[in-house]
Amino acid sequence: MSLSSNMRMGSLDELSRANFPIHQLDARAKVMTTAAFIIGVLSFPRQTLSALTPFVLYPVVLATLGRLPVGLLARKLLLALPFVLVLALFNPWYNRTPGLRLGPLMISDGWISFASILLRFGLTVGATLVLVACTGMHRLGAALQQLGVPRLFVVQLLFLYRYLFVLADQADRLRQGAAMRSAGRPLPFRAYGPMVGHLLIRSIDRAQRVYRAMLSRGFDGEVRLLHPSAFRWTDAAFTAFWLLAFGIARRWNLAEALGRLLMGTLG
Amino acid sequence: MHMADALISPAVGGTMWLVSGGLLAYCARHIRTTASGDHLTPLMGVLGAFIFAAQMINFSIPATGSSGHLGGGLILAILLGPHAAFLVMASVLTVQALFFQDGGLLALGCNIFNLGFYSAFVAYPLIYRPLVRDRFNSPMAWWAAVLAAVVSLELGAFSVVLQTKASGITELPFGTFAALMLPIHMAIGIGEGLATAAVIAFVSKTYPEVLSRVPATPARTSLRPLLALFILLALIIGGVLSWIASTNPDGLEWSITRITGKETVAGKPGEIHQRLAEIQEKTAILPDYGFRSSDAESPRAETPSEEPPAPAWPQVDAGTTLAGLVGGFLTLALAVLIGLAARGRPTPANSTASNSPSP
Repeated sequence: MSLSSNMRMGSLDELSRANFPIHQLDARAKVMTTAAFIIGVLSFPRQTLSALTPFVLYPVVLATLGRLPVGLLARKLLLALPFVLVLALFNPWYNRTPGLRLGPLMISDGWISFASILLRFGLTVGATLVLVACTGMHRLGAALQQLGVPRLFVVQLLFLYRYLFVLADQADRLRQGAAMRSAGRPLPFRAYGPMVGHLLIRSIDRAQRVYRAMLSRGFDGEVRLLHPSAFRWTDAAFTAFWLLAFGIARRWNLAEALGRLLMGTLG
Repeated sequence: MHMADALISPAVGGTMWLVSGGLLAYCARHIRTTASGDHLTPLMGVLGAFIFAAQMINFSIPATGSSGHLGGGLILAILLGPHAAFLVMASVLTVQALFFQDGGLLALGCNIFNLGFYSAFVAYPLIYRPLVRDRFNSPMAWWAAVLAAVVSLELGAFSVVLQTKASGITELPFGTFAALMLPIHMAIGIGEGLATAAVIAFVSKTYPEVLSRVPATPARTSLRPLLALFILLALIIGGVLSWIASTNPDGLEWSITRITGKETVAGKPGEIHQRLAEIQEKTAILPDYGFRSSDAESPRAETPSEEPPAPAWPQVDAGTTLAGLVGGFLTLALAVLIGLAARGRPTPANSTASNSPSP
């Protein structure tokens, strides 16, 4: 039962099964707050840096409340970084307009927007990770349906999620077998079709068995979803609090105000 | 090809969410009204999981040292038909965004459109299906798969370039970005086509009823107008929105100002609110971000000569100030401290998690 390293999402799944207060919040509240967060962060102009920093509080506070292991989240964050990093690196290359002067050091607008992209990346991916880790696929699916996502799509998401681990294990066994037979050489293309073809046929067979099992348990074409959770006042308070906080942080540059305050008192 | 949130703007992301959401609703309704059996429900779910599993198996590409794997859009369309394939692809991309950080949540609309729409509604019905029909084992099936995959990936890659450019976060020039993306995705498309054709060829030899049974839905007459409409829509919306986004960048800020200015403040002057306003009044050299208007209107035309020469060191330069830097680092430090402080507390024992982190 070894999932390959790139399929190790079980840890997020595991985390989402905890039952801290943040997990018990209605998933709709968390989904909407996260959406507002992401839109808020991304709505800043290109070269924003300091005004974005207060937004860090949201994932940090949620991760803390949900007792999420920071190391795991950080590792997942870094795994997703390369593509964004490469595209962001073009900014200092193409934009060398002087932006910020720190004594003798001149930082160009390009580097500022580069840093801004990385900060946006950390914030948006961090918020997504935290949302998933303290909500989980099932509560998320129920929330999506309650928020008006087509039922068929929600059922599809939950089905996919249910069989993801099963088929990933199967693929892993296939891959291991091939590696052992070929003495570690990479899989030649001519073996690829039969191997993935077998996986496909087995998957379709499995789907038929699942369908028959569903029929024999009285499946009538409607998949019933569990967790019809209610939107309580705590959920409303959570959403309202964060929306207000995002609004304030979007309107005023809190970090800059803090910096001025500090520099004012010091000198 | 998965776009991340960090590189797109809310206007572009939101538009593509609407487009993909509309397509999703359309496909769901179509399947609900025309699908011949409920067996499609488990089949779609398992095939979605299959795409993930198949992506774990790589074949080596001769003479390059690299390896390739299935993307999934085209093979889903061959197995399920366009509508179900689009739905499955959307679910695959959603799970990738949620659990693998492959593409962002706001970018999900873009990703569903770029990776799901073209393969299901352009490449399959207009290229693969007419060329191949049911001769899955002929050489034509291979050529058609490669052509279809290349076309859908190139269209997708071009959409990525358009959407990224319309968002205006990267400064990569349009031509350069396109010149980078299109050849890469040509190669990826060839790999994708070959992989798809190899799997289909094997399945059609050993288990042909899979292919004859599934995409038998003949409802393709209404497809083409819809298709043209959506392409047109995407192009127009992309163009128009990028223009709007660049001349009037802060719709959100504007609306927030209106809301906070008229309702919250007038109704009941909150303490924090007032204090903040005072701080801002006292300290603001630039009332807002200095570069907002000039930067947004002409991203690259801005020259340093427009600005007055900076006389002393802690002086407002191009909008990002030293105070901003100091405050930014301070805020980050505060956030970390809050996290650490709360973590140091003994955790209450009401956790059911098997692996609750202990400091």
